[in-house]
Amino acid sequence: MPTVENGWSYDKTIPSDLDIAHAAIEELMRALEAAAWPGGDMFRIQMAIEEAVVNAIEHGNKRDVAKSVHIVFHVDAERATLKISDQGAGFDHRNVADPTEEERLDKPRGRGVMLMRELMNEANFNESGNSVTMIKVRSQEVPEPSEE
Amino acid sequence: MGTQRRINLTEVGGITVVRFVDKKIVDSGSIEALGEELNALVTVEKRNMILLNFEGVDFMSSAALNKLISLNTKVKGAAGRLKLCCLKAEIKEVFTITKLDRIFDIRKTEAEAIEAFKL
Repeated sequence: MPTVENGWSYDKTIPSDLDIAHAAIEELMRALEAAAWPGGDMFRIQMAIEEAVVNAIEHGNKRDVAKSVHIVFHVDAERATLKISDQGAGFDHRNVADPTEEERLDKPRGRGVMLMRELMNEANFNESGNSVTMIKVRSQEVPEPSEE
Repeated sequence: MGTQRRINLTEVGGITVVRFVDKKIVDSGSIEALGEELNALVTVEKRNMILLNFEGVDFMSSAALNKLISLNTKVKGAAGRLKLCCLKAEIKEVFTITKLDRIFDIRKTEAEAIEAFKL
């Protein structure tokens, strides 16, 4: 069980299987929940992890079950750090088409990288583009109004 | 057709109101089934006035977003109208970031959305 004092780490290599990946993501989300992270941050982290892991399996490893995805995650009271790596050839992450351009808005692809960058404080790819490291700094919580 | 539907339907004044079975729309098999069920509303059941009510939906991946985009294209092709309502703030934020709020008509409440169909 993670605590806010000492943090919680996860380091696993999984096959290119979406069901196994989703089970892993659920485990990470339970860690954030146990560390009492705000719901909004949890949503954004889940969205970013989801995009990164699905990209790794579908676009990186091309769903080849012989290839694996390496997930490294660390969460403490202040920040969550995540690294997702696949065994694919990578992609040109410096030249991803902007999915918000008018003519691309109704195209059903290409939002994953943008969402990772927007929802997390940092999302940095390695040179070849087959590994992404993301950081989320915990938001300042607005105290709930007292019901006294 | 799968054994378990991913959506529930009600009719309000000629508008098909769609509610989602899953709190988290994330499982790839469920998303595929969801996409087929949504598309069938237009292509098989010939419905073209559709409101997607997201009450109770806590999370959806961009794969699920893609199914909504596909549905929107089909509804437009059928000269119909598609609206969304009752999105939790974080899901609304995803629509804003991706600028999909420009192609979807998003309303706060179901009543407001139903009224908007009359405009």
